[in-house]
Amino acid sequence: MGDFILLAISAILVNNILLIQYLGNCPFLGTSKKMDTAVGMAMAVVFVLALAGIVTWIFEAVFLKPLGLEYIRTIVFIVVIAALVQFVEIFLKKNIPALYAGLGIFLPLITTNCAVMGVCLINIKEEYNFLEMLVSSIAYPAGFGLALILFAGLRERIIIGRVPGPLQDVSIALVTAGFMSLSFLGFKGMI
Amino acid sequence: MAKTIVQEFTKGLWEEIPPFRLVLGLCPVLAVTKTVANGVGMGVAATFVLVCSNILVSALRNIIPSQVRVPCFIIIIATFVVVVELVMQAFTYPLFLQLGIFIPLIVVNCIILGRAEAFASKNGVVASTADGLGIGVGFTIALAVLASLREVFGAGTLSVPFSDTVIQVFGPSFQPFTFMVEAPGAFVCLGLVLAIMNLVGK
Repeated sequence: MGDFILLAISAILVNNILLIQYLGNCPFLGTSKKMDTAVGMAMAVVFVLALAGIVTWIFEAVFLKPLGLEYIRTIVFIVVIAALVQFVEIFLKKNIPALYAGLGIFLPLITTNCAVMGVCLINIKEEYNFLEMLVSSIAYPAGFGLALILFAGLRERIIIGRVPGPLQDVSIALVTAGFMSLSFLGFKGMI
Repeated sequence: MAKTIVQEFTKGLWEEIPPFRLVLGLCPVLAVTKTVANGVGMGVAATFVLVCSNILVSALRNIIPSQVRVPCFIIIIATFVVVVELVMQAFTYPLFLQLGIFIPLIVVNCIILGRAEAFASKNGVVASTADGLGIGVGFTIALAVLASLREVFGAGTLSVPFSDTVIQVFGPSFQPFTFMVEAPGAFVCLGLVLAIMNLVGK
């Protein structure tokens, strides 16, 4: 049990996927201008990544490894993730319209979110067993959500402030993300 | 006609240079620019994928039905990423280990899918090749610029791409500014380079 808690803390804070591992930065900058979109994106990533982690891990264990096809892992994973996202979208639209209204527009973007693909690859690379994979597939996107929502809060304040011309928009956002990343780097000594 | 091909090529070098003008594909830009050798290696790999996928997408643009075009593009890109992965594993193994997870992640690089969707699926093969090459070379230059800033100030060295040579830039009493090679330095450095580009461009 202790190992799992350690793994979760490491995935959320110490190795935060956005700010320390540099994955998923396009949606990080794209959806953090408003708090609503940031929350929607964070929820969509948690939801899809938990499913994608399980499905890709099973594909690896059942098909790729026994058949010695690890070299086409990239193609298989991206197709699986794309199909899964499409499937989730159709399922939500039909059965849970309330959730679809919240997550809908973010779902197609998730296929090309490198955080999703990245965590699936990390799960395989670190040779996690099923339970460890499950913890990591939930903890990493939780870290993503945490960083994204905190950052959206900061960015809403920055818009009010007076930013020098050339630094406006993405530029100041990146510098801010840098200082947030610095504070997350402080967790390094924790484990 | 010749002029437009040149224009397609050169727009990737300044007007639309990723990631400074088109803010896309940031993950590799931030992650692999610790050293110049890694940055340029990543740039070349991405350029290869970009040119090949642009050629194939534009050659097949009349065959692929528009409803399923995005999955088709992704499969084309993924195929070339696997090619790059295997070639790098065979011939540049140390670089392959250094770049690690970011080589398979070229497949989700928004620049490549973006060019396939916005340019190659609407234009001919020659123009698409020029576009892919221009954007790819621009991306490589951007990575090299950012990486040299980070490496020179962060470690005081300059590594030469595709060789083991490492040049010491400063004298022995230089104290490395390690902030630059850590994660925060990547964000701040890219933010400041963007600001400089805005200042120069407008």
